[in-house]
Amino acid sequence: MLLIPCPWCGARPDSEFASGGEAHIVRPPQPDAVSDEQWGRYLFFRENVKGVQRERWMHAQGCRRWFNVVRDTVTHEIKAAYAMGEPPPQAHR
Amino acid sequence: MRYSLWSLLGNAIGGHERWPRAWRSPEPKRFYDVVIVGGGGHGLATAYYLARNHGITDVAVLERGPIGLGNTGRNTTVVRSNYLCDDSAHLYEHALKLWENLSHELNFNTMFSQRGVVNLAFTRHELAEMERRAGAMRLNGIDCELLTVADLKRWIPILDTRDTARHPLLGGLVQRRGGNARHDAIAWGYARAANALGVDIIENCAVTGIRQHGGRVVGVDTSRGHIAAGRVGVAVAGHCSVVMGLAGVKLPIQSFPLQALVSEPVKPVLHTVVMAGHVHVYLSQSDKGELVIGAARDNYVSYAQRGSFHLIEEQLRALLGLFPVFSRLRMMRQWAGIVDCAPDASPIIGKTPVANLYVNCGWGTGGFKATPGSGWVFAHTIVNDEPHPLNRNFTLERFHTGRLVDEAAAAGVAH
Amino acid sequence: MSQHFRLPAGGVIARNEPLAFAFNGRRYQGFRGDTLASALLANGVHLVARSFKYHRPRGIVGSGSEEPNAMVRVGTGARVIPNAVATTVELYEGLRAESINCWPSVEFDLGALGNVLSALLPAGFYYKTFMWPNRAWMAYEYFIRRAAGLGRAPYAPDPDRYEKRFEHCDVLVIGGGPAGIAAAGAASESGARVILADENPAPGGQLLYSEERVEGLAAREWCENGIRELRARDEVRVLTRATATGYYDHNLVCLLERVTDHLGEPPARLPRQRLWKVRARQVIVATGAIERMIAFADNDTPGVMLAGAARRYLGQYAVRPGSRAVVFTNNDSGYDCAAALAASGVRVAAVVDPRPTGAAAARAAGRGIRVLDGCAVIAARGGTRVASVLAAPVSADGARIIGTTEELACDVVAVSGGWDPAVHLYSQSGGRLAFDGVQQCFVPGPAVQATSAAGAANGAFHTEECIAQARIAGLAAARHCVDPSAVGPVAPRRTPLAVTPLWEAPAHARRAKKFVDLQSDVTAADIALAAREGYVAVEHAKRYTTTGMNTDQGKTGNVVAYGILARVTGRTIPEVGTTTFRPPYTPVTIGALAGREIGGALDPLRRTPMSDWHVAAGAVFEPVGLWRRPLYYPRAGEDMSAAVERECLAVRQRVGILDASTLGKIDIQGPDAVVLLDRVYTNAWDDLAVGRCRYGLMLREDGMVFDDGVTSRLGERHYLMTTTSGGADGVLGWLEDWLQCEWRDLRAHLTPVTANWATVNVAGPRARDVLARLESTIDLSAAALPHMGVSAGSLMGVPARIARVSFTGELSFEVNVPARYGLALWEALTAAGAEFGITPLGTEALHVLRAEKGYIAIGHETDGTVTPLDLGMNWLVSGAKADFLGKRSLARSDTARAGRKQLVGLLTLDPQTQVPEGSPIVSAANAGRVGRPPVPVIGHVSSSYMSPALRHSIALALIEDGRNRLAEEVAVVCRGKPVRARITSPRFYDPKGERLHG
Repeated sequence: MLLIPCPWCGARPDSEFASGGEAHIVRPPQPDAVSDEQWGRYLFFRENVKGVQRERWMHAQGCRRWFNVVRDTVTHEIKAAYAMGEPPPQAHR
Repeated sequence: MRYSLWSLLGNAIGGHERWPRAWRSPEPKRFYDVVIVGGGGHGLATAYYLARNHGITDVAVLERGPIGLGNTGRNTTVVRSNYLCDDSAHLYEHALKLWENLSHELNFNTMFSQRGVVNLAFTRHELAEMERRAGAMRLNGIDCELLTVADLKRWIPILDTRDTARHPLLGGLVQRRGGNARHDAIAWGYARAANALGVDIIENCAVTGIRQHGGRVVGVDTSRGHIAAGRVGVAVAGHCSVVMGLAGVKLPIQSFPLQALVSEPVKPVLHTVVMAGHVHVYLSQSDKGELVIGAARDNYVSYAQRGSFHLIEEQLRALLGLFPVFSRLRMMRQWAGIVDCAPDASPIIGKTPVANLYVNCGWGTGGFKATPGSGWVFAHTIVNDEPHPLNRNFTLERFHTGRLVDEAAAAGVAH
Repeated sequence: MSQHFRLPAGGVIARNEPLAFAFNGRRYQGFRGDTLASALLANGVHLVARSFKYHRPRGIVGSGSEEPNAMVRVGTGARVIPNAVATTVELYEGLRAESINCWPSVEFDLGALGNVLSALLPAGFYYKTFMWPNRAWMAYEYFIRRAAGLGRAPYAPDPDRYEKRFEHCDVLVIGGGPAGIAAAGAASESGARVILADENPAPGGQLLYSEERVEGLAAREWCENGIRELRARDEVRVLTRATATGYYDHNLVCLLERVTDHLGEPPARLPRQRLWKVRARQVIVATGAIERMIAFADNDTPGVMLAGAARRYLGQYAVRPGSRAVVFTNNDSGYDCAAALAASGVRVAAVVDPRPTGAAAARAAGRGIRVLDGCAVIAARGGTRVASVLAAPVSADGARIIGTTEELACDVVAVSGGWDPAVHLYSQSGGRLAFDGVQQCFVPGPAVQATSAAGAANGAFHTEECIAQARIAGLAAARHCVDPSAVGPVAPRRTPLAVTPLWEAPAHARRAKKFVDLQSDVTAADIALAAREGYVAVEHAKRYTTTGMNTDQGKTGNVVAYGILARVTGRTIPEVGTTTFRPPYTPVTIGALAGREIGGALDPLRRTPMSDWHVAAGAVFEPVGLWRRPLYYPRAGEDMSAAVERECLAVRQRVGILDASTLGKIDIQGPDAVVLLDRVYTNAWDDLAVGRCRYGLMLREDGMVFDDGVTSRLGERHYLMTTTSGGADGVLGWLEDWLQCEWRDLRAHLTPVTANWATVNVAGPRARDVLARLESTIDLSAAALPHMGVSAGSLMGVPARIARVSFTGELSFEVNVPARYGLALWEALTAAGAEFGITPLGTEALHVLRAEKGYIAIGHETDGTVTPLDLGMNWLVSGAKADFLGKRSLARSDTARAGRKQLVGLLTLDPQTQVPEGSPIVSAANAGRVGRPPVPVIGHVSSSYMSPALRHSIALALIEDGRNRLAEEVAVVCRGKPVRARITSPRFYDPKGERLHG
């Protein structure tokens, strides 16, 4: 069971959180202007890195805030957590 | 050497010293007509059907470790074809029909036991979904029966059917032709049979690169050197994003941990497979006597083959809701696999943007049951450079057109 | 016979507390402090079990949780433990235990026929046979299943309860032997919060039976002092009978504490077991080491046991494991056992040692113990108890017999094949393992989590060194908690316990059974067979032979299997590697993993303020998410259809009352609230006036409908969104996600208020009359409160909001009051409505009424694959809005395709035939073929009811190209039988909606 460092509440077990997958996805600003293929990529294609990945988590049973986490998907080590809207730490951009 | 009671008797006299290797351990050649990346059940079955159905025997299966130890060797071995969508029903039913003859086909006892797969319903909504699924199955020629609570109690006496339960049981659906098989036997049986047809099974051979020339795949780089290939099929489940990434192909796949556990062995108490999506209980009893229990999957990407402990706890809470008598049994072993999940919980089997490179992935939590069918249609796809009718709707394009095979949405089917 | 093998003095047992117990129906006596195993041995009972596959007689091999053999059933009735290990069962007064897996008795077991046929049953035999005739496997399997399994599962509900506990600490020390005590002592010196957990009834580990002196004290005294000191420290917790069973991510370690298993009559106030979930900053694995067997012919004969276990029985339990012993060892630790046996009056026939004479052998010889150096035990003899062993000189590699065989009479054989650090938890933590060639065992390598190992678990087998090492580990762990950058400990120099590898002794008989995994009945020949057939990968060999896959998880045999596999495949042990150490270390009771949240506490049950009233009114309930809602309210003699008909007609003709409190409610405030609504709903919201409500559909980004509901504008910047009952949490999460992650500039705030408001819907032509009976500041007239209007004010003196929304097609008021007034409102309305015949209605009647109107219900008409256009709700999809969630997806080629499944009505030709919901629909042309699949399906029934208003069954359905097929006849396939029906508009009742506006 992971220990997720919520930027607002501190470290809590992952059973309190919801995972939101890949972080920093940008919704096409003009959906009508993109092709079916580009829209499909936005809808369904997600990072699936073996290694360090940036992802979204929400403290569903706590403050209910979304934030970003940098996590190693092999060791499960959490390298950083930062608020929504903040850029990733320099080392993980 | 053919496996039979007679060969067993003969070898017993000789102290079992004359059994040959089940499959050779060849050095990789420099070129193969077809290279299959991934020595799990799907990859091995593909190689077998390439040789058996299409006469293509210049085939190598490359596996980075020993064969059959990924999801093939980690799953809870449920085999069924009780699907709602026609596309899924046809594919899984084809697989189920192959299962029914597989031990003979491979001359390897896959221990396919058609002990029935029972799905349980706890809400009126689930009952209606079951009615819908049963109706669709019947019209697809797939066996099924709707069960009342009384039927269920008769059939599975240890089931808690009291209406005072937190989630009172309302009914069920059984596919009697469904059941369990022996997971290791699938990998080993296909490997042995493919090997006998001339396929090279190359273990401890990790693919590190996919070489292309003019938009066409020409071979793979491996930990054991470069292997040129006419065509390359990738069937590596949880690692599909990693391997296809070597060819620059991005997939709509995320790899999640899925856990399972077994209890200590006890004398027979449960003779059928029980699945209850509403309360997340999936279990059967193995021939050895262990209860084999599937847990929910975590929702974060992981390649660690370990999941969150609280899911085990939740699984067993729900289990005791249905089977209070299991409280004093003990969990003997727990583990996790990495499952490759597509957005519509259906597989992707087909061509890729790179010519002569094919992918078979996205089986999520339910790939084991499809193994023979998956190999069958993937071999066809590779040979003909176009999908088999059974997998023509399981291509990558569906994520652009929107023509998903949304079994999960349509029926709340837990895979 | 009473405790003939008990030594007259010594041991850590309470001789003043004799305990009577029964084994296989025979009565015996032991002492408090005994395990079932030690008490049986004290009474000379060695034969305790039959083996899994061959049903061979089996005895007691180990002395703790590593025991592979001595499986028994303990207890009776509902409190039975099916596969208990006798070496871990603490004796209590009146304990009853039986052998398992044997019939009719452990002495005479018919299953032993398997042993006769064993030549036919080598590893993996079942993969090669049972295939004839084709598909006959299940017939064979029937018998195989009956033969397999161990004990019988209890058939009665568990009378015990289980508990869970979370704990956090700085340093968790696993294992309370010398290393654990020293590590915990050192770690807690600085005030760090420390937990020391030991699986035994008392900490001390091997110090409980060691004769050595530790730091100038008797071993037991050192240990007692250490524990006393620990217990005196405020921040230290010492747990006994607590096994660390699993090491998970981010230093979560689970401990299973056995609270009452050692008591015959568990006090009701105590749980049987307690699962501790400990999150530790640092973990020190001090789990000791496990001795391994040597595979020799018939090494499973009762009386053959591990040397360390023999020593423990002598020292801790004061039990002689026999009268005449042979010690078989490939390392010096076996000599300690020989010395202890001799000192206890057991005649040591010989120490058999494959190594050339060394210092230990010389010392033993000096004490008059015969040493057969360069020799191995090549076979045990005896049936249900060892009577002698054969020893013979063997080649230096241990592979061949090179001299004459000697038979040594004995009734116990103490074997040491070397020691394996218990690295299970260390490995589960992700820590790497390294192979120590001198000690011939795997030891901890680099750690991955904040983990260290100390003592025998770290390959330090000498007590002084083990303590020194553990102290450093303890100090370092405490320091790391304060300063994670602190430099790690320097491992002290090792004085190794040199082991000469001998995994398998040679044998004269070619077919000798040399057991590697006693519990799974796996022999050295099985391992060799697996290798011969190409199952050379260690994980393949394990699976092919099933070695290490039973309840002991191969604690005493796995490394032996690796050694044999290495030898027969010409590899080194590091090249072979290990199989994965999977949790749990020892099996964990399912009840303990489930804890208290079972039965009625499995999931919370949500109740509305009116729930008790519904119960009192005799409602039949149905689950909706975590809620339970009244499905219908039967009167005496009514069945469901009669009650539903009555409830429906009441609404259509007079007035009905519905508890709609479960409706999801989200309060949305802020200057950009309307922008949010515009983006998440398909229709336009910028023109909604204050005091008005509007129905909206919400799509996922893929264009599929996922929820619907009515949202009211309560003020300039204030909206109240309602959602489906089951969708409330999902919708809230959806809105939060977009607001927090994508539209961070929007000033809109969400508050879930579902449980804050009680919601009562009064529907029917007399609804206004009923409400008007209640004192209110809200003008209920059609002019002041028209359809889709909302007003706030006071009702019966409490704040209320009343909205004119209708899910039934009738004049309808949705009244919201603060939840605590819900019941009062409900009672007032039912009283006020009595003269109009007000009738409470359940969800089923509500569904009938909405289906009559052709209103969709999420989950019925939608299933995650349905767009608004499929539902014929184009009017609700704004063409003017540039964007809303899901809009772009509607234009994808397949989503925009003609001929998709579309919502239609369906009338069976026979008005009295009601088709089951979910039934598939085929074209009329295919109606005759439904018994001959495959038949193409063109749609399915999404809702189906008997309409009391129309006196006709009605159904809603999703049918391919349905809207272009109006009036077409189709066949609904009901449980395999075609039922003729005609496609119609989905609006069956009051299609113009006139009644809404009453």
